[in-house]
Amino acid sequence: MTAPELSGAYGARARNAPDNSAAPPAVEANPRLSTWLDLATPGRVRVGTGKVELGQGILTAIGQIVVDELGIAPSRVEVTAADTEHGPNEGVTAGSLSITQSGAAVRHVCRVLLGLLSTRVAEDEGCAPEDLRLADGCFVRDGDEITDLWSAASRVDLAVDATAAPLPAARVVRAGDAELRRVDLTDKLLGRRRFIHDLAMDGMLHGRVVRPPRPGARLDAVDSRVLSDLGSPDDPNPSRFVVREGSFLGVVADDEHAVEQAQHELATAAVWAGGTELPSDPVGWLREQPAETTIVVRSEGAPGRIGAGDPHAEPIGTGDPRAKTDLAQSSPQAATHRAAYSRPPLAHASIAPSCAIARWDGSDRVEVWTHSQGIYPLRAAIAQSLDLDPSRVVVRHAEGAGCYGHNGADDAAYDAVLLARAAVGRPVRVQWSRADELTWAPFGSAMAVDLSATLGPDSRVTGWRHELWSNGFIARPGYAGQPGLLADTHRRDAEPVPAVDPPAERGHGSARNAVPGYDLGRIDVVAHRALTMPVRTSSLRSLGAHLNVFAIESFLDELATAAGADPLEFRLTHLTDERAADVLRLAAERSDWPEPRPDDTGRGIAYARYKNRGGYCAVVAEVEAVDRLAVRRLTVAVDVGRVVSLDGVRNQLEGGAIQATSWTVKEQVRLGSDGVENGDWESYPILRFADVPRVEVHVIDRPDAPSLGAGEAAQGPVAAAIGNALADAIGVRVRDLPLTPDRIAAAIENG
Amino acid sequence: MAAEAYRLDINGREHEVSVEPDTPLLLVLRNALGLIGAKFGCGQGMCGACTVWIDGHPTPSCDQPIDYVGDRPIRTVEDLSRDGSPGPLPAAFLAEQAAQCGYCIPGILMSAAALLRDNPTPSRDDVTEALERHLCRCGSHERIVHAVLNAAGIES
Repeated sequence: MTAPELSGAYGARARNAPDNSAAPPAVEANPRLSTWLDLATPGRVRVGTGKVELGQGILTAIGQIVVDELGIAPSRVEVTAADTEHGPNEGVTAGSLSITQSGAAVRHVCRVLLGLLSTRVAEDEGCAPEDLRLADGCFVRDGDEITDLWSAASRVDLAVDATAAPLPAARVVRAGDAELRRVDLTDKLLGRRRFIHDLAMDGMLHGRVVRPPRPGARLDAVDSRVLSDLGSPDDPNPSRFVVREGSFLGVVADDEHAVEQAQHELATAAVWAGGTELPSDPVGWLREQPAETTIVVRSEGAPGRIGAGDPHAEPIGTGDPRAKTDLAQSSPQAATHRAAYSRPPLAHASIAPSCAIARWDGSDRVEVWTHSQGIYPLRAAIAQSLDLDPSRVVVRHAEGAGCYGHNGADDAAYDAVLLARAAVGRPVRVQWSRADELTWAPFGSAMAVDLSATLGPDSRVTGWRHELWSNGFIARPGYAGQPGLLADTHRRDAEPVPAVDPPAERGHGSARNAVPGYDLGRIDVVAHRALTMPVRTSSLRSLGAHLNVFAIESFLDELATAAGADPLEFRLTHLTDERAADVLRLAAERSDWPEPRPDDTGRGIAYARYKNRGGYCAVVAEVEAVDRLAVRRLTVAVDVGRVVSLDGVRNQLEGGAIQATSWTVKEQVRLGSDGVENGDWESYPILRFADVPRVEVHVIDRPDAPSLGAGEAAQGPVAAAIGNALADAIGVRVRDLPLTPDRIAAAIENG
Repeated sequence: MAAEAYRLDINGREHEVSVEPDTPLLLVLRNALGLIGAKFGCGQGMCGACTVWIDGHPTPSCDQPIDYVGDRPIRTVEDLSRDGSPGPLPAAFLAEQAAQCGYCIPGILMSAAALLRDNPTPSRDDVTEALERHLCRCGSHERIVHAVLNAAGIES
């Protein structure tokens, strides 16, 4: 073991951070220094980030970078929530990119600020900037305090372009204990207003939406007696009223309990027609759909070539996926092993159903509070849908509960916009129900993966083929030129446009991590993205990487067994990237990998580098399988480059590992003739306290490597390590997720 | 249904509200009284985010009509802290950074506080059993269990 491991709560991060003088893309896009940093209040540094708090601690990590770069006490930093009036536009907070993107931008603007202020102070002093030191905001020369950051900032124009390389600056003296604790948690634990759900505004009304019974159903009629009882926005001073537009049906009242009663009355009075019959076997269904087929990696003529997505990959057309399989089956020509893997659709299942507030003023201008991942894209989508100039829409971020991808936040915001339009001047708060959240928010798509490989006589894999079927993973507001908002399709009686996938340069969607990170000889990767979509799918943490890594790492174990090799050794034999080997060895070492284990228990290992270019993650799982599968322990080893906040990385990895355990052993969205059939926690169970494994996270120290995101690195490896441990315990393999008692029993019976 | 007047004993103070008898306690706390510590999570008593004490028992408040509460005393998460500084149990959660999004934590704090009141030296299993009705989606379970044990002065 050569790679050093970080320990303690506070690592060696950022002490010797390299000086990247070129402006990061987020600064190029938002070049004005004052967009990012505000020193107007003496003793305080306000930093704006376009990334939003999703429960992942990003505000704290950004604040930590300011603390480190400016050498100020943690208590001086304030990270402000994003809105479209102030602050940088950083698109969407997703893809484990916030530290890479916004972190780099904030680091850069801090250095630009320091250069500017140091130059000004040095000029006044008649010295060089390098003759100055900066200690907790005070400029010091030869032991004498000269001035402070805030006085210096008041004499410099901060509304300047920040894209140039930073000027020479004072040497920053960093405080001893400069670890920033989570900036949002005290409010949240003491019951202070912090979540969007807790916002209260003068004159606020409450809104609820009545949904169709299934996707595609149209609102045929509403009982006129109920309508007249519930009132109309045109009534004089209505205490409650109905809003109806196409198949969008909602109700507003001045009291939350009253609006829920009204929603119930309205639901029983609504008559719906038609709608889509949902496939009860979404995995089998996917394999039959017209699809866009992409060759992600093609082996021909280039044996051994591996890449993080072939840049020359091209879509080869659309149509029946079965017509394409000839091409895809061409290599490896003599596959010795084949297996098929799948997962069902998965729900975000945040503990808080989505919530939003909107208020129109009398001049066609609307203000929206939302927990969206992307306030600017949401603004554009609202404007597009209602044919407004985007300048008439102001979107402000307010924190929601945990967000793991494109959930109902944007849809709830648009619900509020539609309902509030009928109550100009008054804020309308929309609170989704648990059933709304579990059945109407977008899902992570079901997926199927077929793998085949050729195992050579020397126990080396010489050919590998990965073929997958999925719906797309991106249907965010504004994608494919559409607003992409649930109620927008209802009010227009339009079908949602099937989700697409991000391109290779953004790490793919359904094909994310479909390219194995191993040297496996000739590699072919083919992806079929379905062009029909029974339920809305969009991004859910790690996108296709969850099933692709589960499949690849399960299959590698199956091949290792066939080769009579230890799964760890088999992987190391096929790896050339030392950072990958390091996380595997570290996970193995910390989990006592080769030690014998008791009966009825199993141990499994798995590895992936997220998006083939993000964080490295290896996991060893220990499970017990008597009458059901119990995951007892997960040993996680990661390399995410330079660590900004060690505790933040640990927290993200622990949480990611536990959530992935829940997906892998418990979760599936059930579709049927009555629509989505799991509207509560009984029908969509998630992991509970007694089911939670012990999770240890070991972080490798790479102070000179760029920072990589941590939030999604564990999803695939955890799933695969559990699957491998289960196979180790019971001697047969379960290839279809989730690993429920029924599936396990069936595998044993067929085994 | 017409509104009725209720006199409630919440966190040791008396409050009067005028609400419909079937109004859930959670909405009374949050909207009529501004006690927003308890959270809405499911409205069906299945997730624990809205847990408060009713007569000393940790109970979901989202499906408790105010009329059923009667004169039984209610305690909410706000009462675990004083004058803006965290009480011992929330302080233990902060020390452990035992949350990601934090939405489930106020409810969990109420169940954990009841556990520690009844059993000052709980085992790990006692803690997971006491929190069995609570869902956490971010995967903060381990830290939460450690925080409760730490609050009891038990090394974990």
